[in-house]
Amino acid sequence: MAITLSTSDQAIPGAPLAGRLSTPQVWGIVLLAPYALVFLAFVIYPVGYGLWLARHPSSYVALYNDPIFARAAINTLVFLVIGINFKMLVALFLSGFFIQERSWIRWLSVLFILPWAVPSIPTILSVRFMFNPEWGMVNHLIFKFTGEDGPNWLNDPTVALTMAIMMHIWKSLPFWTLILMTGRLAIPGDLFEAADVDGATWWQKFRYITWPSVRTLYLTCTLLSMIWTLGDFNSVYLLTGGGPADLTHVLSTLGIRYLRLDQLSLAMASIVCALPFVLPLMYFMMKRLSR
Amino acid sequence: MKLPSFKLPSLREASTEARLLLIGIPVFIWTMLPIYHMMLFAISPKEDAFAGKFWPDHPTLHNFHIVFHQQHYFLRDFWIQFWNSTVIAVSVGVLTLLIATATAFAISRLKVPGGRWVMNLALFTYFIPAAFLAVPMYRTMGNYGLLNNHWSLILAMVTIASPYAIWVLKQASDKLPVELDEAAIMDGATIPQIFRLVYLPLMMPSLVAIGCYALLLAWNEYLYAFLLLSRDTDITLPVALGNFLAADDSPWELLMTTGFIYALPPAAIYYAFRRYMVGGLTAGAVKS
Repeated sequence: MAITLSTSDQAIPGAPLAGRLSTPQVWGIVLLAPYALVFLAFVIYPVGYGLWLARHPSSYVALYNDPIFARAAINTLVFLVIGINFKMLVALFLSGFFIQERSWIRWLSVLFILPWAVPSIPTILSVRFMFNPEWGMVNHLIFKFTGEDGPNWLNDPTVALTMAIMMHIWKSLPFWTLILMTGRLAIPGDLFEAADVDGATWWQKFRYITWPSVRTLYLTCTLLSMIWTLGDFNSVYLLTGGGPADLTHVLSTLGIRYLRLDQLSLAMASIVCALPFVLPLMYFMMKRLSR
Repeated sequence: MKLPSFKLPSLREASTEARLLLIGIPVFIWTMLPIYHMMLFAISPKEDAFAGKFWPDHPTLHNFHIVFHQQHYFLRDFWIQFWNSTVIAVSVGVLTLLIATATAFAISRLKVPGGRWVMNLALFTYFIPAAFLAVPMYRTMGNYGLLNNHWSLILAMVTIASPYAIWVLKQASDKLPVELDEAAIMDGATIPQIFRLVYLPLMMPSLVAIGCYALLLAWNEYLYAFLLLSRDTDITLPVALGNFLAADDSPWELLMTTGFIYALPPAAIYYAFRRYMVGGLTAGAVKS
């Protein structure tokens, strides 16, 4: 009986699997191994371990009885539903502004990307001091023009949360504007020329040309931004620290707060509570990007 | 002969321009104010900084002198922290590149069995909110005995940076024609030779983009660094900046100066490689 080898089956001497696998496949497995190890050690193990820690029903009872958790859940919803949708609307609007062909707009777009290019910690702290009630620039201006003391900005939970949302928008708006710009630039220009000939208004051009072309991109971006914003720890923690009186926590800062208080099972339980909402989004996005 | 005509802008054009300016000026102020405020503090003596002035009476570089010579309690370990940040960022950049390139090559060019699975799992990891993974990651690093060791932060950041890196590199590899590999095999090239002589040179733009991406991600990371490292001589610059907040009478002008120095390298890298970053990263970031 003749044993035939295909051309790709030139076995590496000494490779144990070479009998059954072709050379490229052996190499493929070797090259895949480092990431597989990282994935096992730093994704599978922590996630599994974390879920195991969150197995006790008592943790959820404790969470339910913790008013800070309820407040953080509401804050997170406000952050995501109002904050992100507002951000994406502004990004959609500004992407229309930045594709205008003017040299000054091109220069402005170079500066506009700065918040995305610089690390967030110094700029968040800069804003924090700007709104310092005693020494900050904002209250100095208010005093100069009205003669009255300005408000204690970060001491009001509603204002503080709004400012944390604004901080998040300041940081990530350039990125999403850039993405939506590429979406708008992919629309063939002659569509707009034809619409101009027909005397279409600005709104009609947006409604019947731009929106149908960028709609899918816009919705994908919104979902993606919501998932990532769940993990935005810096905007809240460094601006308000969760205060005043732990009223401006979101789920990400709350998890870390429990962790710092050595209540690891509570921290994991608070994350598990968010999973029913996050997992479908994650699955949907994974399917979308892996096509 | 037709002369080039220079006509005054019509009323319609002027009003369009005015409307654009009406958007552009607020956008400019909104973008620059926090950054300007930071630079203002960096060149202001303490009295001017705390007086809420738009421009200091006596602009000075003295704050930089204090930071560079570590002449303040909060800045005792500035240079070693700067070094920590650099070592960690570069290690994450290099390791992510190695791991992600190998994985993308295996999945996309060698069509390794199960490659699609690995890709999907990696993508799924990409969508785990970073602050959520941080909680079990902290305990995991404790179990591995890596807490307060730079490797904990490096490995955590490699874990976070790899999925996106693999995805972008796989997308880029898929675009290279298969005939290249086939021709190389015909010429008797081995797999490592194809990787080194055919694949790597063609992938260069994406590799630059991904290297920068991972490096900046690690340099900018606050949460993981703050959880995993704690000794003053181990921490990175962002954690040191956060520690300024511990005191009520923090020297904010020095904090902003340090922050300014810390923000310069990533901004420089971003603008230097903007061509690659914009082309390689944003186009792949979201597929419509």
